[in-house]
Amino acid sequence: MIEVKGAHFTYPTGVEALKGVSLAIREGEFVAIMGSNGAGKTTLVKHFNGLLKPAKGEVFVDEVNTRSVSIASLARKVGFVFQNPDHQLFCETAEEEIAYALKNFGFEEEAVKTRVTWALNLLGLTQYRQTSPFMLSGGERKRLALASVLAWDPKVVVLDEPTIGQDYEQKEKLRQFIVQLNTQGKTVIVVTHDVEFVADCGPRVVLMAEGKIVADGDAKEILTNKELAFKASIVPPQITQIFLGLADFGLPTDVINVHEAGKILFDFLKEEVKP
Amino acid sequence: MSVFEGFRFRHVSSPIHRLDPRVKFIYVLVIFGVAIVFLEVLPLILLFLIQIPFVLVASVQREWIRSLKGASFLAILIFVVNFAFAYFGGTYPSYMSPWEYPLAMSLRFLVLVESFSIFFLTTSPDHLSLALEQSHVPYEFCFAFTTAVRFVPVLAEEAQTIMDAQKARGLELERGNFIKRVRNYIPILIPLIVNAIRRSLELAEAMESRAWGATEKRTNLYVLKMKSADYTLIAVSIGMLIFGTYVRLYIPIPSLTMLLT
Amino acid sequence: MPIIEVKNLTYTYPGGTQPAIKNVLLTIEKGDFVIFTGPSGCGKTTLCRCFNGLIPHFYAGKLEGELTFARLDVTEHPIYEMACHVGLVFQNPENQLFALSVEKDVAFGLENLGLPRDEMRKRVDWALQMTGIEELRERAPHELSGGQQQRVAIACVLAMQPEVMVLDEPTSFLDPLGAEKIFEVISELNKRLGITVILIEHRLDLASKYANHVVIMDHGTIVLDGKPQEVFDSESARLIGVGIPKATRLWQMLRQNGIRLDRAPVNSEEAIQLLRGVLKRD
Repeated sequence: MIEVKGAHFTYPTGVEALKGVSLAIREGEFVAIMGSNGAGKTTLVKHFNGLLKPAKGEVFVDEVNTRSVSIASLARKVGFVFQNPDHQLFCETAEEEIAYALKNFGFEEEAVKTRVTWALNLLGLTQYRQTSPFMLSGGERKRLALASVLAWDPKVVVLDEPTIGQDYEQKEKLRQFIVQLNTQGKTVIVVTHDVEFVADCGPRVVLMAEGKIVADGDAKEILTNKELAFKASIVPPQITQIFLGLADFGLPTDVINVHEAGKILFDFLKEEVKP
Repeated sequence: MSVFEGFRFRHVSSPIHRLDPRVKFIYVLVIFGVAIVFLEVLPLILLFLIQIPFVLVASVQREWIRSLKGASFLAILIFVVNFAFAYFGGTYPSYMSPWEYPLAMSLRFLVLVESFSIFFLTTSPDHLSLALEQSHVPYEFCFAFTTAVRFVPVLAEEAQTIMDAQKARGLELERGNFIKRVRNYIPILIPLIVNAIRRSLELAEAMESRAWGATEKRTNLYVLKMKSADYTLIAVSIGMLIFGTYVRLYIPIPSLTMLLT
Repeated sequence: MPIIEVKNLTYTYPGGTQPAIKNVLLTIEKGDFVIFTGPSGCGKTTLCRCFNGLIPHFYAGKLEGELTFARLDVTEHPIYEMACHVGLVFQNPENQLFALSVEKDVAFGLENLGLPRDEMRKRVDWALQMTGIEELRERAPHELSGGQQQRVAIACVLAMQPEVMVLDEPTSFLDPLGAEKIFEVISELNKRLGITVILIEHRLDLASKYANHVVIMDHGTIVLDGKPQEVFDSESARLIGVGIPKATRLWQMLRQNGIRLDRAPVNSEEAIQLLRGVLKRD
């Protein structure tokens, strides 16, 4: 679905953000792009909808080279939910906000109405249909931004740091929602540095550091690898840290999920107790 | 934005950079005064050339040239308009030909741009704000000035982010007729303004929390002290002013026309 | 010795239909490292704005009840007086730095107070050293990373030598490593200088190990108030939806299955220690 071949990108300020990145994401995958701030994650995903074009190398979305088409046509396929919803919201009502992109993409009036209702419903914002986006709380604005992207039903949904500033419940709900999106067939790409969030979802992890991809694979393998964590300046999940500290007891070291951890410990201790 | 580069402060250490901003400003005012006083091309060319050593000592040639390039469009416009009036309306001094007067006007403009450019290129906003404070400008204005300069790059970045965010929703800035294109900027302006307002509220909270308004007698970590170089520049400026006034009043200056014929 | 005492504090924002905080009762001891947490909108930000007087002086609205700092009634002292005792560090690092160099920013509060130049120099140097950012002295705030900016913000507040430092979700915009650095700096200030720390945080897995006192709020009132181990283990915490540290969660699961540890761990080191004890025994 998305293919990146040897992408290099340098910002006008001189910062070399991507130093030869190659990546392939298939349709329907759930990918978390991780790394510390400044690793190049956001720069990379901005190539997926053509906001940025690589100085060297190619990016293909649905087999079309991003250099040969407009940003708008790429945006139709790749929906981007930005970190700060306040960078997008400007309309007088939530309804208009969701309709904005739909109108840009040329949807018919009837379709616009139906999709707005559907999107509001999906994110639990139906009662705010006629409310000004500026009157909504922080969490509600985030949901509105998400709703306005889902309304045009892109094949790929990219979320840039969706967990920032959210409390635990909001993160949980978001996590379940994202997993559901993926189950329904959407390709979901999450840019995040929240290890616990990723540990709870268990997607494919692409780990970046200093403009390069340093690891690409299963969340379990990557998050429990001490050398990688050090290289990419990330902190392994708490459960992993605990198990790594108990490695000399023969416990497995590739645990990231708390439920799994509980079960393993319980089984292990039962074994020990047996005569 | 390259013409603005000709006015943005650069972090270089040169004797000019170290001069007190108030003194530099007096110098600029003197240049301004002397430039206005003369109608003839020769003294204006002289004024223009006098400043070049300053540019070289401050090592800001590249940026300074950019400011002149940017000003050249207006300079040419000034020339053309004045020439039109001179040639067709006859409003120019009798001892010059019709093209000398407009030339002088353009030169005057360039001299002004040149001196202001030098001033802004060699004076950091911090220094400038300090100079304002020590010149007894109310602190609120100095603070507003510094904060504005401080947030210019932040707002520029935010504007870019907002543009990206809206483009990602299908906004096409280049599409449509003139009216549509102007309206295309609404989705960019509104978030920018709303966020700026939110930001000022947060700034106000932070200011209050750090004892803003505790006392009328606000002190300062830095202080501008006049050094010998500053006094020299003041002396030079006053000298120029006196000399210029004397020449204007008592010494007739040949116009370029007269010299050439 | 209590440094902040809150009795029946209730506050409604101007134009608000319901109070943002209701009958809050709380005591904070000198030298405490308190974590305030709870779902969004629970009132923790509002309460913290009361500690340095932003409420009621900056925000108007209706404030009832009593809030004393070292027995001074906060409502009777203007914000600039409280600023010398209670410092406040905000969520967004960018919007707390106004000057064009770090040094000038750290001096900002001191300049406002009209302190003499040598005193300011001393305090600025000291604050930069305490927060470990001396090499950033001449830099412009826009060039710094979020983590560096936040450390500058802490230095700015520290220079005013407050007895209490309140931090409102200071690590929201930082990655986990950046967040840890900030917690380390704050913890240093708490241990070495005895500054009472009040930290509003959601990232309990990273922050809990530094705290000796946790307060959980919900819908404007304090629901839980006590030692971290007790608070995180309680049923109410789970019901409110607070993200307790995974280590504590693991301990709860083991306990459900009949495996007991000596106490509830709140971070990985504690958990490892306790589990080693159990595993060795078997």
